[in-house]
Formats: sequence, structure tokens, C-alpha cells
Amino acid sequence: MLYLDNSATTKTHPEVIKVMADVMENYFGNPSSLHQKGLEAEKLLSKSREVVARSLGVLPQEIIFTSGGTEGDNLALKGIALAYQNRGKHIITTKIEHPAIINSCAQLEELGFEVTYLDVDELGLVNPQDVEKNIKNETILISVMHVNNEVGSIQPLAQIGEIIKNYPKIFFHVDAVQGFGKAPLELKEWNIDLATISGHKIHGPKGIGALYVKKGLNLFPLFTGGGQENNVRSGTENLPAIVGFAKACQIAREIFVDDSKKMRLYKEKCLEILKKDFPQIIINGPKDEKSSPYILNISVPKLQGEILLHALEEEEVYVSTGSACSSKKDILSPVLSAMKIDKEIMQGSIRVSFSYGVTEKDIEEFLDALARALKRLGKRG
Amino acid sequence: MRKVYLDHSATTPVRSEVAQVVTEYYTNIFGNPSSVHSFGREARKGIENAREQVANLINGKPEEIIFTSGGTEADNMAIIGSALANKNKGKHIITTAIEHHAVLDSCKYLEKEGFKVTYLPVDSEGMIDLETLKANITEETILITIMHVNNEVGTILPIKEVGAIAKERGILFHVDAVQSYGKLPIDVNEMNIDMLSASGHKIYGVKGVGCLYLRRGVKLHPIMFGGAQERKRRPGTENVPGIVGFGLASELAGQEMEMENQRLTVLRDKLITGILENIPCTQLNGHRTQRLPGNVNISFEFIEGESLLLMLDLKGIAASSGSACTSGSLDPSHVLMAMGLCHEIAHGSLRLTLGRDNTEEDIDYVLEVLPEIVERLRAMSPLYNNRDKHRNHREECSICTLRK
Repeated sequence: MLYLDNSATTKTHPEVIKVMADVMENYFGNPSSLHQKGLEAEKLLSKSREVVARSLGVLPQEIIFTSGGTEGDNLALKGIALAYQNRGKHIITTKIEHPAIINSCAQLEELGFEVTYLDVDELGLVNPQDVEKNIKNETILISVMHVNNEVGSIQPLAQIGEIIKNYPKIFFHVDAVQGFGKAPLELKEWNIDLATISGHKIHGPKGIGALYVKKGLNLFPLFTGGGQENNVRSGTENLPAIVGFAKACQIAREIFVDDSKKMRLYKEKCLEILKKDFPQIIINGPKDEKSSPYILNISVPKLQGEILLHALEEEEVYVSTGSACSSKKDILSPVLSAMKIDKEIMQGSIRVSFSYGVTEKDIEEFLDALARALKRLGKRG
Repeated sequence: MRKVYLDHSATTPVRSEVAQVVTEYYTNIFGNPSSVHSFGREARKGIENAREQVANLINGKPEEIIFTSGGTEADNMAIIGSALANKNKGKHIITTAIEHHAVLDSCKYLEKEGFKVTYLPVDSEGMIDLETLKANITEETILITIMHVNNEVGTILPIKEVGAIAKERGILFHVDAVQSYGKLPIDVNEMNIDMLSASGHKIYGVKGVGCLYLRRGVKLHPIMFGGAQERKRRPGTENVPGIVGFGLASELAGQEMEMENQRLTVLRDKLITGILENIPCTQLNGHRTQRLPGNVNISFEFIEGESLLLMLDLKGIAASSGSACTSGSLDPSHVLMAMGLCHEIAHGSLRLTLGRDNTEEDIDYVLEVLPEIVERLRAMSPLYNNRDKHRNHREECSICTLRK
């Protein structure tokens, strides 16, 4: 069995499960309560906030816990747009963002905001010059993803941040759900004001995430109520998941550098073999260091991605066609469309996504399974 | 030292059956329910089973259940979502003065957006008057949102009667059932409820999960946008383990409800009687009979609720002065103020909320230590020492209901 759909979700790390079980059993208090059980919970909450902050290189008070990546993205975009709309109502984003960003922007358009969706090149990369060209007096927010969830292209955030630095009234948001823990991310150095991360993409629990919000920024809340999280995000804190998330961040921080280097080598080798032994296969997205070592998107022309997916499933190899969020829709991937990939190639695309602990042998096993599956489908080149 | 947790309205411990299934899902069934492969399909099965368990408990249909990150999100979604979706029909909302802040603040937000909100008053027991409700309905009224059980004083509001009125007038009816779901029988059809918010961590499920019941055909303007999860009504990768745990907690709560309520009612009444009879200058807040089986809320004159909490905590007893969400605030409880208590009595309130882990020995222990603590705190209070003079002064306080 080989689970290679880690961009959809990851297996929860045993140590994460262990701490969560402990919190569920022993630290069940409501962090807002004044008694011992509440204080213990509050202490764990602050400690977890410190750990998550450290893994991002930011201050604890700059972390807001959310129910996940979607909420983080919604809170960042609408929170900034509604709080700063008196400065202007123009937002810049890209055509390859996750639906949480694209659809939040669509809602803001209904509210009278203007949104520019930047094109990407054929590798799925945004050109920083395009960002600058589209900045206007009314621009208040630029939101660019860190690593694209379908093709793994790593966006030039450092260069974009360098540009935005010259526009002190424009905020820079990064959807780092796919990149956090898997590609370098320097929030302070790259001049990023807000960043969304999610727990279950880094072997943490589902239903938890965080939004980094630079000190001093105001956000208009998505939900109101008890006033938790500094009045920005109401609702009883999901403590077991928060502690589990912090654990996952800590583990990611410890192993990410070595693991991604190793993974880079495996992916390079994998690409070589694909080129040599599978000449019919097309690689979508960058092949060099501009792509995440953890995401591989390939197409077999004239073969529906879903058919290949199920053929691989028979080999006990689990992959996906595009992002999980849109996997059940018949529409073509907006990401691959933005990359201007031929329709025939687009329909044949599958995403293979790796994570920590994937070995060289796993890659070999995947390639063997792919060869067998293609042979059965009569597509072996 | 004995440890007695009496703050079950703030949150509950996760019951072991739930912790087990949650851990099992984290360990083995970790797929993304939107994935088409078997990992995804297995996770999807878990969610759909939980949806049935939740629907069964309130006599709804599984497809009418939307899982959320908790009660606050569900309240915001229901109130803001239905108001925005129906604003062409009218812009008036009716709620009560004693709702949870998730409801009150959602209403405040809508006021800024041009809606008009009526906050129904309550009597000294925290009860609304149905005639007042009827009198406040106008042609413009599009939504009535009323809690089932008040989180501070435990008063059970006449939801079924409100539902009948709402139905007759063709107005949407939302119920914040965070404090009653899994504790009192709820039938969304019999009670004519269109929307209902519930939370997992109040019924021995996990934190970070809850649901909104949304009657088929009721339109909501979403407050979050993204993937097509939950039939496009709530985006975001589903919190599968949390949802499965919530489903199980709901089913178990349903099975045990009747027996547990009988048991808790006996313990609650013993605690109330024991305090009122043995400690002078105390009063019960909330309704005598229309009261959540696990709720005790008592005001102690001449005492600050917070110092009482600290002293109880030193004796191993976890209690609260009101709702947990507002415990950091120095303002008196809006619920007790709406019931007509004066500031100083409201500040001296203590909420003890019982749950499945509490025994009669726990109650005996509280009744043993509480009188000493109250006596010690009062001995330090100049107000208590001059209480006769003080009382005379307070009788002039026209809004206070105490001993009138």
C-alpha cells in the first residue's frame, strides 16, 4: 500500500495522536475558565501558540488559531478588505489560487471590490513584474499562494515581497497551506503580512489551522461571539487539535530541511526515469527547484486521469486528479487551464504527492506500479 | 484532595468511547473525504454515518445537517446567513436579551448592516413572554432566533410555542441549542425549527466541531467560501475524526438522556436546597422548574463571584461565575442584568453545572466546603458586617428583584 495523496491530506503523526489523546483525557478544560482546569488549558494554549509562532519565525501574538486553511484564507482576505476598504477597494491575486481564495475574492467582487487575477506562465509561475504592473492607488491587498496545490510550482514570494515593500499601504497575504513545512518560507524577510497554514497537511489534525497576522494589523472578524483569539476569532478553542498542531509544527521544523533535500533528489531521479522509460508522459509544472519536491503532476495524453487513478488504486497506489476539493467536479482544472495546457493533456493529469518519510524504494514502487497500470491500460509507450 | 468538576456548561471531558473512535480515525482512517480513492471513501462513510446519528437525535434528515467548527460558527452562519439571504423580504429580527454572545454579536453586526433587531426582555426567572413576542412581530420580521436553554441560569425557553408562532407567521426560526442538544429532547419538526446550532464539546464530544441543522429549502448566504464540501454550504476539509466523535457522542447522549436527566435532577435539587437552606443571604437565579437538569446558579450576597471561584478551586472544585467566554470581563452578566438583578448581586453569582461524572459524594463535598468558604469571605466584607444598613439602602434599588 502506497499513499501518495499527501497534498489532499496526510496521515496524522503518532506523536501528534499521543499528545491529543492526552489533552482530551487530562486537559479538557475551557481555556476561558478561571478554575484550575481552565488555567491548565490556557497554559497549554499559550505554549502551543509559542511553538507554532516559532516554527513560522513570528511572535506568539501574531498567531490566530482557526478551523483550518479555508477559514484562514477567508479571514485574511475579507478581514483585511473590510477593515481597510476606506483606503481602496482593489485586490490582486492569481488565477491558480485555491478555491478558498478565488471564491472569497468572488464574494468581495459582489461587495464592490475589484479583483485582478494574474496570469501564470506555462509552468504555473507568477511573474513578479506582473504584480507591480497591476498595482494601483486603490490596491490594498495582494494574495499569492506559496506552493500551488496541483502542480507544485513555488511562487517567487521573496521577489513579490520586495516589490510590495515599496508600497507600505498594501498588505501581502500568502496562502501557505501547501508550502508550510515543505518549502522554505521566510515571513518576515519576505515582507509578508498575513499567511494561512493548515494542520492536516503536515501530519497534524484536521479541523485546525492558523493565520499569521502581523502585529498592528486590524482584521474584520468572520465570526463574532465570545471574543476568543483577541476578538478576531470567536468560539471555544479547539485545544486538543491546537496542541496536536503545535506538535506537528515542531516535528516539521525538525525534519523539513533534511527531508526536503532528500525528497528533491528522489524527485529528480523519478523525473529522469519518467523521461527515459515513459516517453509518453508529460510533466506539468516546473521540473527544477521552482517546484515543490513533494508534488509531481503528470499527464498521459488521451488517457483520462481518473482511469489512471483507479488503475493505480488496483496496484494499491493512491493518488489524485488535481485538488481534492474539486476532484468530484467534471470541470477542467483552473490551474492547468491558466497554464494553457492542452485540453487533452489536462484531462489526463494526475497528482502524486509525497511527504515526510517517503523513501527511495517507495518511488521505485510507484514507478513499477505506474508501468504495470499503463501496460494494462494499453498505454505503455 | 477531591477533584469535583462542576463546569459542564463551559466544556465537558471527552468520553472514553468518543476518544477511542477519534483516535482510531486519526490513526487509520485519515483520508480526505473529497478524495475519490478508498481512503477518501472510507472517511466519507464515517462522516455520513455521523450525519445520520446527529439527524436522528433531533428528528431531522441527514442532508439537513451541516458540520461546522462549533456552536459559534453555526450561530453566525444561521443568523447572518439567513438574514442576508432574506433581506429583500424584510430587515427585522427578533431575539432575546439573554442570548449567547455568538447570537448577540451576530445581531449587532446585522444592525450595522441596516437590520433592526428586537431584544425581547425576560422576567426575573429568565423566561420570555410569548405575548410580547407576538406583539413585536411586524411585516418586516424575517427571523426569530431564541436559545433553547440559557447557558448561565439554565432556564428552558418555550421553543415549541415560539416555533408555532413563527410557523403561523411564516417567519424563519433559529434555535441556539448549544446548551440543550443531547441533554433535552428536541424534535425540529414538532417544534417547527428551521435552523438549530449544536456543539460537540458540550456533550462529551471533542472541541472544534458542531453543526447547523438547516431545514431543506431554507436559503443561507454563506459566510465562508472555498471548496464544495457540505453540499457547498460549508467549505474546508472536513474534520473527520471530530465529526465522527460528535456523531457517536450524539447517539450516546440520546440513549442516556432520560436516565441521566433523572439522576442529574436529583443531584441538582439536592445541591440547590442544600445551599439555600444552609447559607443565608442566597438566592437561586433562573427558573425553579423549567430548568436544565444539570444547572445550579446561585447569588451570594456580599461576595464577589470571582473570589468564591478561587476559594472553591483551592478545594478542588471547578465552577464558574457565568459563561466561560466572558469570564475575563469585569462587566456583570448581561443575562443576570436582563433578569433584573442589580450589579452587586449579579457579581456574586456562582454557576455549578453538573455532568455524567458527578456523584452524590461530589454534591456532599460541595455542601460541606461551601458554607465555610462563604462565611470566611463574608467575614472580610465590610458590607456584610453592616448588612442591615446596607439592605435598607438596597430596597430602594428599584430594579433589583432580590427578596421582593
